[in-house]
Amino acid sequence: MTEQPITFDAQDFPRRSRRAFLKNSGVLLGTLWAGSSALMALAPSRSWALEMSTLDEATGRNLLSFCRRIFPHDTLDDAVYALVVKDLDAAAAKSAEVKQMLADGSAALDKAAGGAWLKLTPAAQDKIVAGLAGSPLFKKVHGTAVVSLYNNELAFAHFGYEGNAFNHGGGYLLRGFNDLKWLPDPTPAASPAPFTGA
Amino acid sequence: MVTYAHQDDSVVVIIGSGAGGGTLANELCQKGIKVVLLEAGKRQSPATFINDEWAAFGQLSWTDKRTTSGSWRVAKDFPNLPAWICKTVGGTTTHWAGASLRFQEHEFHVKTLYGEMAGANLLDWPLTLKELEPYYARAEDKMGVTRTHDIPGLPGNNNFKVFYNGARKMGYGASTGHMAINSQPRAGRGSCQQYGFCFQGCKSGAKWSTLYTEIPAAEQTGKLELRTECHVARIEHDAKGRANAVVYFDKDGKSRRQKAQVVCVAGNSIETPRLLLLSASNLFPDGLANSSGQVGKNYMRHTTGSVYATFKEEVHMYRGTTMAGIIQDEAEHNPKRGFAGGYEFETLSLGLPFMAAFLNPGGWGKDFGEALDNYAHMAGLWIVGEDMPQESNRVTLHATEKDQWGLAVPNVHYDDHANDIALRQHAYKQAKALYESVGAKKVYEVPPYPSTHNLGTCRMSAKARDGVCNKWGQTHDVPNLFISDGSQYTTGAAENPTLTIVTLAIRQAEYIAKQMTARAL
Repeated sequence: MTEQPITFDAQDFPRRSRRAFLKNSGVLLGTLWAGSSALMALAPSRSWALEMSTLDEATGRNLLSFCRRIFPHDTLDDAVYALVVKDLDAAAAKSAEVKQMLADGSAALDKAAGGAWLKLTPAAQDKIVAGLAGSPLFKKVHGTAVVSLYNNELAFAHFGYEGNAFNHGGGYLLRGFNDLKWLPDPTPAASPAPFTGA
Repeated sequence: MVTYAHQDDSVVVIIGSGAGGGTLANELCQKGIKVVLLEAGKRQSPATFINDEWAAFGQLSWTDKRTTSGSWRVAKDFPNLPAWICKTVGGTTTHWAGASLRFQEHEFHVKTLYGEMAGANLLDWPLTLKELEPYYARAEDKMGVTRTHDIPGLPGNNNFKVFYNGARKMGYGASTGHMAINSQPRAGRGSCQQYGFCFQGCKSGAKWSTLYTEIPAAEQTGKLELRTECHVARIEHDAKGRANAVVYFDKDGKSRRQKAQVVCVAGNSIETPRLLLLSASNLFPDGLANSSGQVGKNYMRHTTGSVYATFKEEVHMYRGTTMAGIIQDEAEHNPKRGFAGGYEFETLSLGLPFMAAFLNPGGWGKDFGEALDNYAHMAGLWIVGEDMPQESNRVTLHATEKDQWGLAVPNVHYDDHANDIALRQHAYKQAKALYESVGAKKVYEVPPYPSTHNLGTCRMSAKARDGVCNKWGQTHDVPNLFISDGSQYTTGAAENPTLTIVTLAIRQAEYIAKQMTARAL
């Protein structure tokens, strides 16, 4: 079996395209945070854009922010949460019912916030999110995000998971499967030396 | 490859190509017996396996519709996924982690040992450890189980180091255990490269799977015809009540009928009883081989649970073997702990995607986020203990829901027994103490996943009225119909089931061959 070199699929990264400005869909724009060094190594550039096919920009922004409160990771860049919005947008494109539910849900967030959801502090948003647990909007965003948010190379880099071992240099036999140093090594009887010969 | 005519009534038809069916097929072929092996899934290989949790799940898992009921949490969180098992050549041996432990002697007669347990439908196995020992030895040799047959143990990974040090503090013994994963090249397969994707299909082929051991060996005899993407709908019988054909849908959705001299069912403990129930007829109105009424009942899934702990320092538990670390000190029967039976601790890790899915299904908010923020600092283990067989825990046919073939989908009902709950609570407490003894910051008690150990729905019994099959897996009612998977289990024991399923298959093959020679089948 041949090992393949490391590749990062740029398709997975939210990116800007001219087409987005030529039609009536929403676009989310952002710049990678200065602290997101793990992501910068993977990204084509610091600026990113998510071109949505169905949702408008206001809905996209609200959903991204709503998702941040369901799965809060203070140092996880918006670019990764945008991947959840990307999948919600795809679901809305397939179903008018989902599209309506997400649009209504976004409007309901603004209403619950007394005007603008995005202007609330995270603590104030958390109170509203708690009241929405179990609602169709919550279930849809939660159910999508629990897969989308954690199943991409940006999240892997952020959380310190190395993902596809086979594609990224092979097994860990010679690259750290037993490199933990902060505890004593087991006895050879409990954990024999690895076979590394031919 | 040999092909047999659909009218050939001299073949043994085996349904399912996993630990039971794949092994049985090879053992019979080695004795010169003609075998048609029907597998519902497609054929993959180490080259096509994917180091990606969701993608591999889609490639290998049995995701046909199933329903659930009962108070187990799986019914709420994964209502259509009671089990995490496979539809692919090799069955769940593509997905299993490799732990290969023999039963303890007392686990064959727990009804006698435990006495009356309210609500439990206990029965002693019609077998002893002594009877199985020579077959266990052959299974271990076949599978290349470490620390047997002079095979060295596996090297421990980072997750094992945390587990081992915690075990020592607790006064437990821990080692990298008995694993059917090559610690050095053996039997034409290479040694473990520590990919960390045992559950997703082993890319190096170091982990034993019937896919690239038993099945190709059987093919080489010229006696095996493997038919993939063939979903069995019904087993038919003649006027005397002997199984004589298997009706299935082939890969083009066409209905086919294969005649048979002997039929062996190894579809795992949900599909096996489902198939017997779907095969009800005038002669067998409650389902084939179901005069005892026990088909589908006594569904067991082991009392499981996981415990993950976060530490100040990094662990990277996902690097290397998913499960090479075993503590057996709690596996004994010691009722002073407040429950009957015992449990094993085994190292376990999930990748980030599945950790998000399984840590606390439905969970969200600050605590959930914090756990995943510490993913790289996490160590984990799995609890696998004996669960009580209960008649009400059972696989039944759904009254209205149908699958893509128009067949009634199986419903899986499960409630924990009080003994299961007591055992799990004890295990959670001990595991928490284990991780805290080496400095855990936070410990997470994780509920059972959809079941990979599915057992007991066509159990062995000495008397025909108590179960579905005899000590050879031969059904009490239909002499040429065999149960060849974990459905045979009379009780669950505390050990991972694959080794015992393989052991029983080797023994069953000997019996079938002798009976065929004697013209008794």
